[in-house]
Amino acid sequence: MDKVLLLARREISGYFVSPIAYVAMALFLVISGFFFALSDFRPGAPAAMRSIFDIMMIILVFVLPIVTMRSLSEEQKSGTIETLLTAPVTDVQVVLAKFLGSWIFFLAVLAPTMIYVVLLALFAEPEVGPIASGYLGLALLGALYVAVGLFASSLTRNQIIAAVVGFVILLVLAMVGPWLGALAPPPWRDIIQNASIRVHYLDFTQGVVDVVHVIYFVAVTMYALFLTVKVLESRRWR
Amino acid sequence: MCAMIEVEDLTKWYGHTLALDRASFTVQEGQIVGFLGPNGAGKSTTLRILTGYLPASSGQARVNGHDVFLESLDVRRSIGYMPENVPLYPEMRVQEYLRFRAGLKDVPASKRAATADRVIERCWLTDVRRRLIGQLSKGFRQRVGLAEALIADPKVLILDEPTIGLDPAQIQATRELIRSLGRKHTVLLSSHILPEVEKTCDHLVIIAQGTIAAVGTIEELREGLADRQRIVLEVHPGTGGDGPAEVTRALGQVDGVGDVRHEDAGDGWLRVLATPARGADPREALHGMVTQRRWRLREMSRETPTLEELYVRITAGEAGAGPRTAA
Repeated sequence: MDKVLLLARREISGYFVSPIAYVAMALFLVISGFFFALSDFRPGAPAAMRSIFDIMMIILVFVLPIVTMRSLSEEQKSGTIETLLTAPVTDVQVVLAKFLGSWIFFLAVLAPTMIYVVLLALFAEPEVGPIASGYLGLALLGALYVAVGLFASSLTRNQIIAAVVGFVILLVLAMVGPWLGALAPPPWRDIIQNASIRVHYLDFTQGVVDVVHVIYFVAVTMYALFLTVKVLESRRWR
Repeated sequence: MCAMIEVEDLTKWYGHTLALDRASFTVQEGQIVGFLGPNGAGKSTTLRILTGYLPASSGQARVNGHDVFLESLDVRRSIGYMPENVPLYPEMRVQEYLRFRAGLKDVPASKRAATADRVIERCWLTDVRRRLIGQLSKGFRQRVGLAEALIADPKVLILDEPTIGLDPAQIQATRELIRSLGRKHTVLLSSHILPEVEKTCDHLVIIAQGTIAAVGTIEELREGLADRQRIVLEVHPGTGGDGPAEVTRALGQVDGVGDVRHEDAGDGWLRVLATPARGADPREALHGMVTQRRWRLREMSRETPTLEELYVRITAGEAGAGPRTAA
């Protein structure tokens, strides 16, 4: 665990010196701020953040793969993966640390959006419950996105390809899935709907914390991390 | 003295390409061994297998008594490895990077700063300790790589092309550093330049086309070469009527002379190449034969192939060129 934290710390400080992370951060904050002003922060609207939480799910599909794309790709491209994997650390520790680093960076990007809560509180009395559950949902959603992005970046030494692969997987899970599900015949409809992110995420934005949804996010995140470890290990038999 | 690195019948296939073909060699504790071979001979592949980065297709390797595949973490704990081209994180500072790597290599948190300082001093990095690695010149980056390999005071140092891309002064300094390390550590360093390893190492392992071509100390290899020396004579048979064939036959019968060949040197002179028998020095006897036959002699010299020639012949793929093939 010591080594996971050590590696994660290096990962996070790596983010704060890389311009791409700042670009992604700015992109996320500008777009989400814009939609907040447009949908939730206007006279007559309920003092909640339901719409912005919903929109963030879409924005993050585009933003988080840009954040995670360099994670393992860069190590492979520059060759530092060789010094990393010949140090006395296991592949699991490396992947966990990469995940933690990116996830904590995501939470740091999310932190400034707390200002929306303050803004709402200045003009009305926002309901604390749905906002808290919404942030919990976002944290879980971010974990899933980061894990998928990490998996994508383990596949290739090219950052752009890593970003696109991550983006496509997330797009299917978050957006194409529900749309396909709506078109599919009944038995398939439920299966596809339940496999996609949206169904599980929406309850959080409405103030509902269902254990099933939490399990969904944790399970998919762990599965993506498991696949990442397997990709790293695959160099042993490739 | 015990074996620090044992390689047995190591074979590595990349798809359908054979990169390493039943390579075997041993490195004893405290030795500085040069792993010499042309580009693409399988040097980096071998080193990567030893450090646990790649698995072998078949065969075994042990470092410090641990199997590289089954006890990878134990092996990695006893190794300091500097890969080819020294990959580093450009966004980190030298001191920061070394402390980070010290942590990864199980140096307790309270000792990391001191450990980093020790290798910073040892590898002459004091002036650049706070610089970003990405801004360092090739020579400094190389030293950071070396410092990193040394940081946890490993029993075995594995250095892939440690002096490539350095200027002569830096090569000299790095060489001295590696020599000084030999007292405490076992060092296996690869290179494709013979003079390089000749000056740093006492043992050589020569690899070509994935096969170990020669193993031994530099002296052993030289002694092996002494058997391959040739004596060159330039002889004129004079007017006695002896033809080239007669000259060759007569010289071939001298004691201690093995194979004799001749070539025309113009104006009736013959250039005779005589290979002496193992350990024999028939020069005086050859001269005796020449005077007895009343031939004229204008040159007699002894040619001993240098290690360089041996290395060139091995790398050119000459079969059995090595004086000693791997057991």
